[in-house]
Amino acid sequence: MPAKPLPDAEQLLASLTDRMRPVVGPDTGLVGIHTGGVWLAERLHQALNISLPLGTLDVSFYRDDFSRKGLRRNVKSSDIPFDIDGCAVIIVDDVLYTGRTIRAAMNELFDYGRPSNIRLAALIDRGGRELPISADFVGASVEIRPDENIELVRDADHRFALRLVKG
Amino acid sequence: MWLNHSNPQLNQNGELHHLLSLEGLPADVLRQILDTTESFVGVTQREVKKVPLLRGKAVFNLFFEPSTRTRTTFEIAAKRLSADVINLAINVSSQSKGETVLDTVANLAAMQADMFIVRHAASGAPYLIARHVAQDIHVVNAGDGRHAHPTQGLLDMYTIRHYKGDFTKLRVAIVGDILHSRVARSQIHALTTLGCPEIRVIGPRTLLPAHVNKLGVQVYPDMKQGLKNVDVVMMLRLQNERMNGALLPSAQEFYKYYGLTEDKLALAKTDAIVLHPGPMNRGVEIDSSVADGRQSVILPQVTFGIAIRMAVMSILAGN
Amino acid sequence: MKIHIKNGRLIDPKNGIDAQRDMYVAAGKVVAVGTPPANFGANRTIDATGLIVCPGLVDLAVRLREPGLEYLATLESEMQAAIAGGVTSLACPPDTDPPLDEPGLVEMLKFRAQNLNQAHVYPVGALTVGLKGSKLTEMAELRDAGCIAFSQAEAPFADNQVLMHALQYAATFGFPVWLRPQDPALAKLGVAHEGEVATRLGLPAIPVSAETIALSTILIVARETGARIHIARLSSAEGVALIRDAKSRGLPVTCDLGIHHAHLSEMDIGYFDPNCHLTPPLRSQRDRDALRSGLADGTIDVLCSDHAPVDEDAKQLPFSESETGATGVELLLPLTLKWAAECGVDLAAALDRITARPASILGIDCGHLSPGSAADICIFDPGAHWRVGEDSLRSQGKNTPFTGIEVCGRVTHTLIGGAVVYEKNIK
Repeated sequence: MPAKPLPDAEQLLASLTDRMRPVVGPDTGLVGIHTGGVWLAERLHQALNISLPLGTLDVSFYRDDFSRKGLRRNVKSSDIPFDIDGCAVIIVDDVLYTGRTIRAAMNELFDYGRPSNIRLAALIDRGGRELPISADFVGASVEIRPDENIELVRDADHRFALRLVKG
Repeated sequence: MWLNHSNPQLNQNGELHHLLSLEGLPADVLRQILDTTESFVGVTQREVKKVPLLRGKAVFNLFFEPSTRTRTTFEIAAKRLSADVINLAINVSSQSKGETVLDTVANLAAMQADMFIVRHAASGAPYLIARHVAQDIHVVNAGDGRHAHPTQGLLDMYTIRHYKGDFTKLRVAIVGDILHSRVARSQIHALTTLGCPEIRVIGPRTLLPAHVNKLGVQVYPDMKQGLKNVDVVMMLRLQNERMNGALLPSAQEFYKYYGLTEDKLALAKTDAIVLHPGPMNRGVEIDSSVADGRQSVILPQVTFGIAIRMAVMSILAGN
Repeated sequence: MKIHIKNGRLIDPKNGIDAQRDMYVAAGKVVAVGTPPANFGANRTIDATGLIVCPGLVDLAVRLREPGLEYLATLESEMQAAIAGGVTSLACPPDTDPPLDEPGLVEMLKFRAQNLNQAHVYPVGALTVGLKGSKLTEMAELRDAGCIAFSQAEAPFADNQVLMHALQYAATFGFPVWLRPQDPALAKLGVAHEGEVATRLGLPAIPVSAETIALSTILIVARETGARIHIARLSSAEGVALIRDAKSRGLPVTCDLGIHHAHLSEMDIGYFDPNCHLTPPLRSQRDRDALRSGLADGTIDVLCSDHAPVDEDAKQLPFSESETGATGVELLLPLTLKWAAECGVDLAAALDRITARPASILGIDCGHLSPGSAADICIFDPGAHWRVGEDSLRSQGKNTPFTGIEVCGRVTHTLIGGAVVYEKNIK
């Protein structure tokens, strides 16, 4: 069976940027989730001319699978260099799947303060939600098998591409 | 013949299961702890200093040797991980008439303890406990006799890395009562594992262990010689009972020859940093002007201490 | 009961025998070796094919824990352990509770032991009252009650003057004095050898000089007083050298080595294994090697078990708080054989260290199988491997560094006064 080709990541990012432009304002706080979400958020932050500095989150300390899987080897620091209170937050992630990462990200954000609202931008929605979470801005919806994963990769020139990997 | 002794700290996957000593810990495990600490420092700097990692877990502080400072730090660290903390100060004199160490531990384990933080006056006590607890209970050594104080050693390494970066280019001096110091032993093992090329121990002969050079350090009975061009000065606390006994004639003489004053510190590099595990005996091992001076990193050590313990407990709980 | 022990390899070091010889026992004595007496109708024949027949072992230090220390072990259990180990004569140290400083206590111990009809027990009496190191005991009375020598066990003397007077007094009667060389001040609070391991593990240490300073003092006082002394439990290379020197200068001193010190060193403490908490401490590998060669060249005269059964509660404590000592009477034979094999010492010479030589230090006519002597015999399988553990040890003390280790050499029969008191079915 011929595999459907994966969409072009750069094109998806461009269309996502266009759709987000109308809702971005001076109180918009962009927060990327390590690692792919941060890459995307960096580009969006620049393209959308967001005034508040970029925030980054490593959700390792809020994951729900800690007891089973333990702490990841290379935990990065979370850094929210603006005041979350009253802020219109947009979380950025590369692939939205079960929704658990987003749940963890929201819990972590609420430990920083009380945002006025939170929206989610994801480059790829691959379905398979296990929690009632949905993205407000999606690049593309893609269907893949449970034993497969989609990865966002960045080359030496910082250009994005999507890759399918097994397991 | 060597009887069979397997490293009780690591599980069969080579992951950290107990933290008992820095000796014999692989470099990548040490670095993982330091790297993870970085993230926890970030947590200690925000408004909400808690993360939910150890929610529902019970951490028991088993202190057979009294200590407010270390116990409080572990308590804060555990609470910031959302764990339930129970403090037990075991009166050692009643211990000898009543329960043995193992009986105490067995009773507590039956109360669903997940982690024991143990401090004991006898070297090796945490090993005894680790050998006898159930598989899913983790033991952290908060200081055993003269043997080890691994979390202190780790926070000292984190502090050095924070200010100085690469261990492989540093000259480090440890000053004071090395003989009785578990902190010094832990520091020496960690520095060696992390690649520090020159570790100097400075003190009078009565306070240096007979075979200390076998630990890979250079011995300097003369502090002025020992401090020349060092990048890091780690002062040790001198306990009162050493000062007027058969080991040292007086605090005054010790201060004159081994106390860190400004002019002695001037022999080290101009950007050398000064560490002390606390609590300090001002005017005995260290001058106030140095302790409060621009080269002192003693206060940051305390902040890092909480983050280090959060990192250690998280890594253990997840393994 | 007439017993014929056939086809065994008889090793009797005192009589210089190491050959295939049958043995004939009757009326509690060895009646003949090699050729049977006329009309010897054996009631029992023991087939010792592939086995070694030797004099019952003589162990100079076996703690029976009676009187007073029954929570650690009992006379019954330790006497069982002794015969399972092939030991037919043993000396027990005076460090009981109360110490063996009164004739009544000694008599009671001997009486209790005799009633068991097992190994012969030779109590070592306390040199000072309560072993407190100040006041001399009534040594002559104790001797009459059955003490074969006097000792301070592991307790110190109040000062050198007491040591001097104690030796002078003992010398008056020609009583042997057995002493452990350890300077109390230098050994105070120490639990391990002052070396690399104690430094790394942060254990309070005992320097070699604690042994050599005390040993030098003892040797000088012995020379001055003319007392017969036996040095108990050497631990260091320097200590061996001092003994060698004293012997070469004609001092009639003897000394012994505990079996654990013949094999182990400070390295075996590992991660604070309390089973390796011994006194004197296990020292460096260099010390251990010197002890082994000292035993081989005769500077050290005998091996003993230094048997010290300790219950689990007293051992499973942090290292420095744990009770010292290891159970060992059942390991005397296999560990002696192990030393011999590793150091290229022949079997007869090895067995000499645990039969004839300790017998001469004990001053008792035992440790040999001359015709007419008491039939105290040990028969063992030199090739039998067994794992040391709770199930294989009869002593109540299971505290040994050799737990879980396989050793070679197992007693199959022990005879005392011509009666088979212990038998193990190996085949």
